[in-house]
Amino acid sequence: MILAKTGNEALAYAMKQINPDVVAAYPITPSTEIVQLFSNYVADGEVDTEFVPVESEHSAMTACIGAAACGRRVMTATASQGLALMHEMLFIAAGLRLPIVMAVASRSLSSPLNIHGDHSDSVASRDSGWLQFFCETVQEGYDTLIMAVKIAERAYLPAIVAIDGFILSHCQERIETLEDRAVREFLGQPKPNYNLLDWRNPILVGPATLQDYYFEFKRSEIEGMRRALPVIEEVQQEFGQRFGRYYPVLEEYRCEDAEAVLVVMGSACGTCRVAVDQLRAEGRKVGLVKLRVFRPLVHNLLRTSLAKFPKIGVMDRVDAVNSYGGPLFTEITSVLYDLPERPKVFSYVYGLGGREFSPEDARMVYEQVLSGKKDELVTYVGVR
Amino acid sequence: MLKLQDLAKNQELFSHGHRACAGCGEALAVRQILLAAQPRPVVTTMATGCLEIFSSIYPHSAWQVPMIHTAFETAASTAAGVEAAYRFAKKKGLIQDDIRVIAFAGDGGTYDIGLQALSGALERRHRFLYVCTNNEAYMNTGIQRSSATPYGADTTTSPAGRVLPGKVQHRKNIMEIVIAHDVAYAAQTTVFFWRDLATKVQKALDAPGPSFLNVLVPCPLGWRHLPSETVRLSRLAADTCYWPLYEYENGRYKVNYTPTKKLPLEEFLKPQGRFRHLFGSEAGQQVIAELQRYVDEQWELLLRKQALFGEESAKA
Repeated sequence: MILAKTGNEALAYAMKQINPDVVAAYPITPSTEIVQLFSNYVADGEVDTEFVPVESEHSAMTACIGAAACGRRVMTATASQGLALMHEMLFIAAGLRLPIVMAVASRSLSSPLNIHGDHSDSVASRDSGWLQFFCETVQEGYDTLIMAVKIAERAYLPAIVAIDGFILSHCQERIETLEDRAVREFLGQPKPNYNLLDWRNPILVGPATLQDYYFEFKRSEIEGMRRALPVIEEVQQEFGQRFGRYYPVLEEYRCEDAEAVLVVMGSACGTCRVAVDQLRAEGRKVGLVKLRVFRPLVHNLLRTSLAKFPKIGVMDRVDAVNSYGGPLFTEITSVLYDLPERPKVFSYVYGLGGREFSPEDARMVYEQVLSGKKDELVTYVGVR
Repeated sequence: MLKLQDLAKNQELFSHGHRACAGCGEALAVRQILLAAQPRPVVTTMATGCLEIFSSIYPHSAWQVPMIHTAFETAASTAAGVEAAYRFAKKKGLIQDDIRVIAFAGDGGTYDIGLQALSGALERRHRFLYVCTNNEAYMNTGIQRSSATPYGADTTTSPAGRVLPGKVQHRKNIMEIVIAHDVAYAAQTTVFFWRDLATKVQKALDAPGPSFLNVLVPCPLGWRHLPSETVRLSRLAADTCYWPLYEYENGRYKVNYTPTKKLPLEEFLKPQGRFRHLFGSEAGQQVIAELQRYVDEQWELLLRKQALFGEESAKA
């Protein structure tokens, strides 16, 4: 079906079609609508979900963990301070290998308070052991949320599907939805690792471990994350074959013979595509590398792709205060370090707190990267 | 009436061999609770704390029932998720049994850091039993004061010093906070009174909504008493009315135990190292007097609640 939906509406609609067993959630701008619309589906009996309207995001994630430990398909949604409040529990969800799927309408972190879009919240959760997908469009958000359920359940890891707050969450786009039945068939039934409710076969979930076992548990979790990449590729392939929409983990847009590329996550990919088209029309050799999967970090794919380009700008919609460049920049420079001939890599921080990032801004960044000259370590795009 | 012979026939679902200190009141409470819960199938959650540490160090487990531990402040919110999953499974016909959910947390995990999650879970009326195994301080981290710690107690963050006499605030009345949520059942008890405890567990598990038990569990480490004194101190807590045994059900208060002779509070305080600094000085006597005044006041208040909102009042 072709519909006009905002990002939030599309994700809520995807959740309705996924029809999760349990949803525990708490409102926060700009993701509130997802939960709000979903509770309408609950109220109208359009889903079978047990909806737990908790008293905080901390409890939202905790209740999700409790329900997922009972072998159920579990989802939630949040943003910003909410994700920060969940922080403690994110690690526990991942450590217990629970495939919880969370929609995030990415937003800045206080202080000062700001409700608008940047990647501070999701990126701050980077090391919590969650798979992380950054989406460029509402369509991609819708499709990815559905795929994420299958990926998470196959990889036994929780997943964040991030759409940029307001820029996507509140912006209406034309999307093509799937049939309810098609979503159901695509997802099938979860095959949980364990079920706490099986009281005849009691298990202990979340024990204390000491120096003798903790490391092995963590090591196996790390291995789980490493093995998630083939799962992601497999599920994206299945999705593409079934529904005709293919999502690569890493996309190169007009990168042939490119002298300079930007590496971008989220909605700014669209902005950069416009700039690339304009610059290409003028005969400039520029391209876009869109990173869709932030965790696991696809270092081999990144290295193979980026090794081809002499000049690279890395775009971070978040700053890792006083780090050696933006968070994605430091990862990418590490990835490229082993190359015999390293490209020039520049760090750009843009769009904090929803600051407009226009095709003109993108053009300016491309021009600078093409020039190969940049004085400061990090360039803050569009700051006064 | 519950008989010990019957309880003794039940399976030990909290097995021996765990790592609790000798004389641990909490281990006694959990064992008794899981004996009393039978034959109801239970699924349990617990907060981080002594119980979690001494019962679950991998690869060992004392739990013969399903148990999940997530974090410190999350016994109630984890239970909420488990209960929601159970409701889903039940409504879909995936489970036939009537499973009960029990959350265990200490006083720190209940009165302090877990209070919000507890309040939320009670308000949403998840059907679960929340048990606070209350030893009146953060024993697991080394005896720090909590809002359940009594006035005058010497803890490592309310130490008795040259100026301060130990903790300078009275404990929080968690029972009234819980009751204000209009719970299906709430009760206070302690390990000496095994029949009272077991009966309350059964009532709480069969209550049609959220229920709460506040169980005083003496702690030889934190209270600094002999391990052999645990059960006696539990009894003295009730006999001094320091820890009244009572319940709240259908809007009514009922005192379940009235000591034949209400003992002076000093009888309860004296065997405990956490109150030792109060004995032998004028200033210490004043602290004891204030604690006695508080205990008397709370006891009188409880009796008045029973008179106003008890079975007697219902007959009148």
